[in-house]
Amino acid sequence: MALPEVKQTATEARLSAMSLPDAGCTRAAREDALARVREMGLPGRRDEYWKYTRPDTLVSPDVTPAEVFASDEPVMFDGFDRLKIVFVDGVFDADASDDLSMEGVTIDRIEDICCKDIHWAKELYGVLEARGQQPVQRPLAALNTAFARDGVAIHVTGKPSRPISLIYRHGSETSDAMLHHIIRVESGAEVTILENGPAASRFNKCMEIDVADGGVLHHVRAQGRDHQRRAATHMFTRLGAASVYKSFTLTVNGVLTRNEQVVELTGDDAVAHVAGACVGDGDFHHDDTVFITHDAVNCESRQVFKKVLRNGATGVFQGKILVKAGAQKTDGYQISQSLLLDDDSQFLAKPELEIYADDVACSHGSTSGAIDDTALFYLRSRGVPVKEATNMLTLAFLAEAVDEIEDQSLASDIVTRLEGWLARRS
Amino acid sequence: MLEIKYLHVQLEEEDKQILKGVDLTVEAGKVHAIMGPNGSGKSTLSYVLSGRDGYEVTEGSATLEGDDLLEMEPEERAAAGVFLAFQYPVEIPGVGNMTFLRTAVNAQRKARGQDELSATDFLKVVRAKAKSLKIDADMLKRPVNVGFSGGEKKRNEILQMAMLEPKMCILDETDSGLDVDAMKLVAEGVNALRDEGRGFLVITHYQRLLDHIQPDVVHIMADGRIVKTGGPELALEVENNGYADILAEVN
Repeated sequence: MALPEVKQTATEARLSAMSLPDAGCTRAAREDALARVREMGLPGRRDEYWKYTRPDTLVSPDVTPAEVFASDEPVMFDGFDRLKIVFVDGVFDADASDDLSMEGVTIDRIEDICCKDIHWAKELYGVLEARGQQPVQRPLAALNTAFARDGVAIHVTGKPSRPISLIYRHGSETSDAMLHHIIRVESGAEVTILENGPAASRFNKCMEIDVADGGVLHHVRAQGRDHQRRAATHMFTRLGAASVYKSFTLTVNGVLTRNEQVVELTGDDAVAHVAGACVGDGDFHHDDTVFITHDAVNCESRQVFKKVLRNGATGVFQGKILVKAGAQKTDGYQISQSLLLDDDSQFLAKPELEIYADDVACSHGSTSGAIDDTALFYLRSRGVPVKEATNMLTLAFLAEAVDEIEDQSLASDIVTRLEGWLARRS
Repeated sequence: MLEIKYLHVQLEEEDKQILKGVDLTVEAGKVHAIMGPNGSGKSTLSYVLSGRDGYEVTEGSATLEGDDLLEMEPEERAAAGVFLAFQYPVEIPGVGNMTFLRTAVNAQRKARGQDELSATDFLKVVRAKAKSLKIDADMLKRPVNVGFSGGEKKRNEILQMAMLEPKMCILDETDSGLDVDAMKLVAEGVNALRDEGRGFLVITHYQRLLDHIQPDVVHIMADGRIVKTGGPELALEVENNGYADILAEVN
């Protein structure tokens, strides 16, 4: 079907300013992705999947400038022994990064996977993204596959002793960054991936994660505080038998964030947990869009998303669990909740279940509400001042999402950020 | 200690008078009990004294050692020494009991210009007090009142009272939902806190609790007023004959 003219014009306007990297072995995948972008068109505000989030500024040829924010907080994950890989405005910074060698893992830049003839990477680049285009189109991810010039290929073959920390620094007020990472976790291997930073004024990130049977990947992300930054991120994850994927995202500020998680449980007994905590103030708009497909027996998936919104901030949650025929003994859980600290803020939720197997347990719940007056009075009656009591209840509300982080010291680092946000507003 | 004069209170949402002129004085070192039929205004009195929203004082006053309670926020009343043991203690998922206790203790100390208790000192005190109330370490770690039995919730209230060392303790039907053993434990906790500097207002339906917490004075409340005041024998009279006789006599 031909694209509506408006959409085609908008898509071509965006594409006209870009050129495909010459990147040898990924060239075919990039050309294929570009063809998909042209076929789908970039998201428009009439698209059902973008009903609650306006994609205009994510799609437009020009970047809306965003101030670089100088935070007075300690650097995220600073106290952790980690292998740092730094990108500034979406470009790898070798000087700021650590040596990329570590036992149990091989890390290469995307641009090197062809000259080094890295087979697994060539076979993964763009593949999970392309799979993730069904049944819902995600054109911004295809755009990323086609045009991203930087990113890393991480091949986990053992149990590296340190987390791999992807650091995204924001340098220029008009930066428009695209990063594409691919990660392969081999059977029985285990890794923790950290991500933090605002990345750029506009950031489009795509991550393809392939976890083999019995592999484990932990992911903890803290998106930067730069107030005016915009980000659209996609994580496409394919899970083999008895593999584990646990992802947590913290979002504090940012005028526009759309985080998509597309997870496919393809092997029996696989486990996928995706969680997020976000706190937003004013013109903050935050969208979590999750699509989890159960395509094997006895798999478990959990989605836990908590949003605290104030001064007219908007939170969006679109979460789906699709249980394919034959995916018996599926255990699917989904909860999305918002705490609205005033009457101006809003939470828009679209929880969905689509189930084609008959022996499954799936539940979903979505709520939005204010601080519980009874609990607030209880705390105050014990002498806790009203602001402190409100902050305690707010953190308590977010705790269920933060509890999804297994590493306690990472979790407490996240809690410190949330406390900082609350303290700045008290 | 606590002086309530001609207190009139109505619900904010509806034009309904609940308290219609309560006069009551609780002296330091004394235990006063308030008994009365359902709907007489006993719980409302406890909420108004502790500062809960939703009530409007239309006339009268309530002071603690001369300070106007009604002008204060709930947390200021707490720091001034008011403590309400809730009839229905509130469950707060996500807030650990220990964190809650420590925050409350230190917030009050701060409000009074005292140094905050260190984590070690606090832990020492809380463990000792918890032990006497048969509250185990697990209960201290769990979120506030979440998954607690009725008895555990009430014991947790008394633990909070013991930690906060208030001047004026108000117990709102602390015996409700308790079996005999749990009631004894709670009463022991309360009795351990009785001293010359502290006043108690014990709201209850039943004489039973007053067997364990011996009151100095018993008040009967009906239709928003204190209608009769006497010694411990008044509670026995209620237990034996119900409220009908007393109310008939008053009317």
